[in-house]
Amino acid sequence: MQRIVFAGFRGKAGVMTETTPFDEMWGKGDSLRGPYSAFQEWFDGEDHSRLRAKQREAEDVFRLTGITFNVYGRSEAEERLIPFDIIPRIISAQEWQRLSRGIEQRVRALNAFLHDIYNRQEIVKAGRVPLDMLKRNAAFLPQMCGVTPPGGVYTHIVGIDLVRTGDDEFFVLEDNARTPSGVSYMLENRETMLQMFPELFSRTRVQPVQNYPRDLRRSLGACAPIGAGEDPTVAVLTPGIYNSAYFEHAFLADQMGVELVEGHDLQVVDGRVAMRTTQGYQPIDVLYRRVDDDFLDPLNFNPDSALGVPGIMDVYRAGGITIANAPGTGIADDKAIYSYMPEIVEFYTGEKAILQNVPTWRCNEPDSLKYVLDNLKDLVVKEVHGSGGYGMLIGPAASRKELAEFRKKLEARPGNYIAQPTLSLSTVPIFTRKGLAPRHVDLRPFVLVSPDKVNITPGGLTRVALKKGSLVVNSSQGGGTKDTWVLGD
Amino acid sequence: MRLQISHTTRYVFDEPIRHGLEQLRLVPKSNRAQNVIQWQTGVSGGKKELEYDDYHNNHVELISIDRNTTELTIMSQGQIELEETHGVIGPHRGPAPLWLYEKVTPRTKPGKECRALIRAVEGEGELERLHGLCRIINEAVAYEVGASHAGWTAEEAAVAGKGVCQDHTHIFLACAREMGFPARYVSGYLLLDDRIEQDAAHAWAEAHVDGLGWVGFDVSNRQSPDIRYVRVATGLDYGEAAPVTGTRVGGDGERLSVDITVQQQ
Repeated sequence: MQRIVFAGFRGKAGVMTETTPFDEMWGKGDSLRGPYSAFQEWFDGEDHSRLRAKQREAEDVFRLTGITFNVYGRSEAEERLIPFDIIPRIISAQEWQRLSRGIEQRVRALNAFLHDIYNRQEIVKAGRVPLDMLKRNAAFLPQMCGVTPPGGVYTHIVGIDLVRTGDDEFFVLEDNARTPSGVSYMLENRETMLQMFPELFSRTRVQPVQNYPRDLRRSLGACAPIGAGEDPTVAVLTPGIYNSAYFEHAFLADQMGVELVEGHDLQVVDGRVAMRTTQGYQPIDVLYRRVDDDFLDPLNFNPDSALGVPGIMDVYRAGGITIANAPGTGIADDKAIYSYMPEIVEFYTGEKAILQNVPTWRCNEPDSLKYVLDNLKDLVVKEVHGSGGYGMLIGPAASRKELAEFRKKLEARPGNYIAQPTLSLSTVPIFTRKGLAPRHVDLRPFVLVSPDKVNITPGGLTRVALKKGSLVVNSSQGGGTKDTWVLGD
Repeated sequence: MRLQISHTTRYVFDEPIRHGLEQLRLVPKSNRAQNVIQWQTGVSGGKKELEYDDYHNNHVELISIDRNTTELTIMSQGQIELEETHGVIGPHRGPAPLWLYEKVTPRTKPGKECRALIRAVEGEGELERLHGLCRIINEAVAYEVGASHAGWTAEEAAVAGKGVCQDHTHIFLACAREMGFPARYVSGYLLLDDRIEQDAAHAWAEAHVDGLGWVGFDVSNRQSPDIRYVRVATGLDYGEAAPVTGTRVGGDGERLSVDITVQQQ
């Protein structure tokens, strides 16, 4: 929940031109778009003061449920509530179908890519991805070389971050193949809407998201090692209560009906990773871990880690446990790798990528670097291995001093950066004191991968910049969330 | 030539072990220079949990140490048939890609002293330069048992000008990688002519040469491995090829003894 999306301007030859963004309710003008018609009818009949009361009520629900998040980089681990807006973001069945095809294609390609780079590296031999992309990549995990995880699945849970710029224009902003978070917000947002406005759901056919925990459990179970039996034992591994996403770890374990464990609850017993229970040690078949690779196993990775399980990588290599997501998948989140996704999709699926990438300049290429330096004030520059919006430059919002400082960083380590144009992101209305007002949004659909199925929950997490004119959906900087509806056929 | 090898590692602890795991890289694999006739590992004070091949294709056995034990003994022994290949192991087989062996690790990071050694290397061909490097390190860094610390880096040993086979190997790796060769650490055994009891396991390096593949270089003995060398495990440095590495809770006051015998059958 810590990433910044920037939008609003489209720079051309150094001239800043403000464009009217595409509004998902009203399109480019004032004609209501189809997916919103039933909602609009309902909304027009509603009393605004009642809705305002409902909005406050919704906030109370969140406070009571305890959905909060921690902001990193503050002196104390401050818990805050992510604001929720009651106006749903609505996607038609047809739009969703097309998006789903693109997401499935991309996720299959990501898994094929991960298998390839940890085994034969055909894509490098074919010259489609330069060797340097792997060689100089800190996220490439040598300990994964030669490993094929149970069922061949590397990224069991994926979040593909999408932005929209027009009626038919979607872009993938980034792939979250490591540990996509935020699914608990998707579920709580829907739960809250169902409680607040049951009548709305009887008027409109909205595809359900509530099956996610059951689907997650089933999908993880389907990836269990051979010999796990009919009902594989699944557990969620959390770094503990001080982690910013602890709420989500506990929530998902609870919703799936599986154990929430910490490293010190687990031990290698009889060649398996087992958890301590009142009946002794019980072996785990599938571990949904929310602990980073480096901290996963003090015997094989960072020896100082107290969060992991010594020997879990040994059990993994011996085929005794499924780790979800697989270690080493972070390389697919890498922003330099991202820039090769169109080639990656084509190489493994034999088809053109259905979902577009945002055009990306790789600053390690001299021509690109020159372009980026010449147009710095119009671009977004990101660290290749960075995440969470840290260490990035938003050209149009940066001061002269910030631009000058960033220029130095770019010149010193060009390979550490990529740059992208600032897209004119779509807006969706939020509910304000003065009625509906457009705000920028992005979307993170959640994808579950098992050997025989790619399951995409209809909808996902919509993040919205709540301040007027604000270009940042980041939850730590005034961003909020919305319920995301995918309409039935 | 057939060798009979026995390698016993014994730990005695003043305080009992509460929990511990050890990775063993003690089982050699067959290749063009050696054919493993039979091999077995025995443990007392612990038990074997599982085994697998790691990303260097080493056979790894994971053992857990019994709770409250104060003594752990690991016995590895077997028979192996050796062929003379003049140190040539052949093409790279993985599973780690060849380019991974160009990677500098903290222990094999070249500094001023290593670079000075590289500058002294003469010759044109790849093989010639590697043999030259082997000789130069052997001359510059005296083999002296007990002179170095087990945790020394290549550069520290090069500066000190003395060390054991582990240090020689680390220096060779630091220099060879800096010269552009993929290179790796090899741990194994060496049959000495004059005795059966060995002081320690042996270590040498391998560098990848176009056309030949992996070729061994034993800096301490200033030669490429011959028919007396048994290759057990490889890695980017000692840490990845060590016979026994582990993690323990409890077991303070550790004393280690190692007994190795290598004899011709």
